Amino acid sequence: MSTPSDVLVVGASAAGLSTAEALRRKGFSGGITLLGDEPHLPYDRPPLSKQVLSGAWEPDRARLRTPEALDALDVRFVLGDPASSLDPATRSVGTASGAVLRADAVVLATGARPRTVAGQAGLGGVHVLRTLGDASALRADLLGGGRVVVVGDGVLGAEVAATARGAELDVTLAGPQRAPLAAQLGPLVSGVLGELHAQRGVNLRLGTAVRGLTARDGRVSGVRLDSGEVLPADVVVVALGAIPNTDWLIGSGLRLDDGVVCDARCRAADGIYAVGDVARWYHEGLGALVRLENRTNATEQAAAVAGDVVGGERSYVPVPYFWTDQFDAKLQVHGVLAPGAEVSVVEGDVAARRFAALYERDGEVVGVLGWNMPKQARQLRQKHLVELRDLTGSHVTATEVEKADF
Amino acid sequence: MKITVDEDRCCAGGSCVLTAPDVFDQRDEDGVVLLLDPEPAGHLHDAVREAAEVCPSAAITLSEAG
Ligand SMILES: Cc1cc2nc3c(=O)[nH]c(=O)nc-3n(C[C@H](O)[C@H](O)[C@H](O)COP(=O)(O)OP(=O)(O)OC[C@H]3O[C@@H](n4cnc5c(N)ncnc54)[C@H](O)[C@@H]3O)c2cc1C
Ligand code: SF4
Repeated sequence: MSTPSDVLVVGASAAGLSTAEALRRKGFSGGITLLGDEPHLPYDRPPLSKQVLSGAWEPDRARLRTPEALDALDVRFVLGDPASSLDPATRSVGTASGAVLRADAVVLATGARPRTVAGQAGLGGVHVLRTLGDASALRADLLGGGRVVVVGDGVLGAEVAATARGAELDVTLAGPQRAPLAAQLGPLVSGVLGELHAQRGVNLRLGTAVRGLTARDGRVSGVRLDSGEVLPADVVVVALGAIPNTDWLIGSGLRLDDGVVCDARCRAADGIYAVGDVARWYHEGLGALVRLENRTNATEQAAAVAGDVVGGERSYVPVPYFWTDQFDAKLQVHGVLAPGAEVSVVEGDVAARRFAALYERDGEVVGVLGWNMPKQARQLRQKHLVELRDLTGSHVTATEVEKADF
Repeated sequence: MKITVDEDRCCAGGSCVLTAPDVFDQRDEDGVVLLLDPEPAGHLHDAVREAAEVCPSAAITLSEAG
């Protein structure tokens, strides 16, 4: 395909904005349109469970770029109008308001939405956390005090529990794993994280799945565990992972299977790309389809797609990276902290809660973890994870790579 | 080109250092970004633009005018 004369990006958040920026940086001078269903200019999600939820930041600070920087980018924003259909042959997108937008290349960046539990819809006091509106609503409810139960022991659930507990609330974290983030960090480090939560006063109710919610007068009153026990709750946060936003693409003919399925260059069809949380592409290093839900992937994949749009033709083979902040712990995860991997602490001291560790499988480093040692973790990554070969063959699987999702 | 960094936003992953090591480093103690050169020479501008863009915390701001 020759370089397109215009590009339409659907989804105006981290991955969508990054695509536009990377296109300009790579010298693309054609028209760029960013179509988004949210009414806001692009803002960032990681602060929503941290600084915005705690109140340390006004919601406004979560915006990704200043209005001046967006002006300089020279893109057209069409906001508050969800895309409702795509015709890949003509590369045109229909919107809920009835508009039809067409471009030579279309980039799908519609992200993901929170998974919910049965009976949650319309019930007062139950929250998910994905958008600025979600963050404001949850914060308002937390300010009212009472017992908070967080359902979900992954990255987002543990972060929300830490932030709520930081505001001195009565917080319970419920989930099926032995320790928070057990699947993401392995037994040693998730154990340390569990200790941290317990010491800071989070009530950990782990090891049993959540079955549902109990309610009184239209408001949530508790969380029912698999064991039958009910944890009383005034506020419940459901953090059970996310589902890619592909419903609007049903009927488009694109292959949808836990995301928009793409080739190694993130192409879903001729002139159609997917980036960020919604994209499930063929990772050549892993030899499998993967979908990553982390902030750095959104920008790195956007840069890869922009490169391809302007004629670069390079496969996207990233070393995954995410961070999470819980209480005073800042965790950095490079590569894959595969379960059962051999963990060796190579710098610092676990007892002092400042350390860096290597995760090895079959004698090869597959992941690096930093606990309050970000610089050292990055240096270890450069030393051990430069070769993307590190993720190949039987060392780690796509499922293990995808565990580290928000 | 003039660079400013917002330490308060920085998540300390070091993506900027991976992208433009002549311009960015990290503090040893907490990994927060260190600006080595707020007004880098022209041949570094491309790498700096890429660093500002890949920064996952929107902590790097460029003013191209100055
Ligand atoms: C609370 C929270 C905290 C997080 N913290 C971290 C962290 O600490 N570290 C980390 O690495 N990652 C973190 N993440 C993950 C990270 O934010 C995501 O991976 C990232 O936002 C993905 O960007 P995206 O642009 O692909 O998708 P999204 O951010 O989901 O953006 C997709 C956009 O498309 C819009 N859209 C959806 N459907 C349509 C449609 N039909 N038409 C038009 N627009 C549509 C959506 O409304 C949204 O604006 C966090 C996520 C959340 C929710
Ligand atoms: S890329 Fe951004 S967040 Fe990461 S270390 Fe550099 S300034 Fe900080």
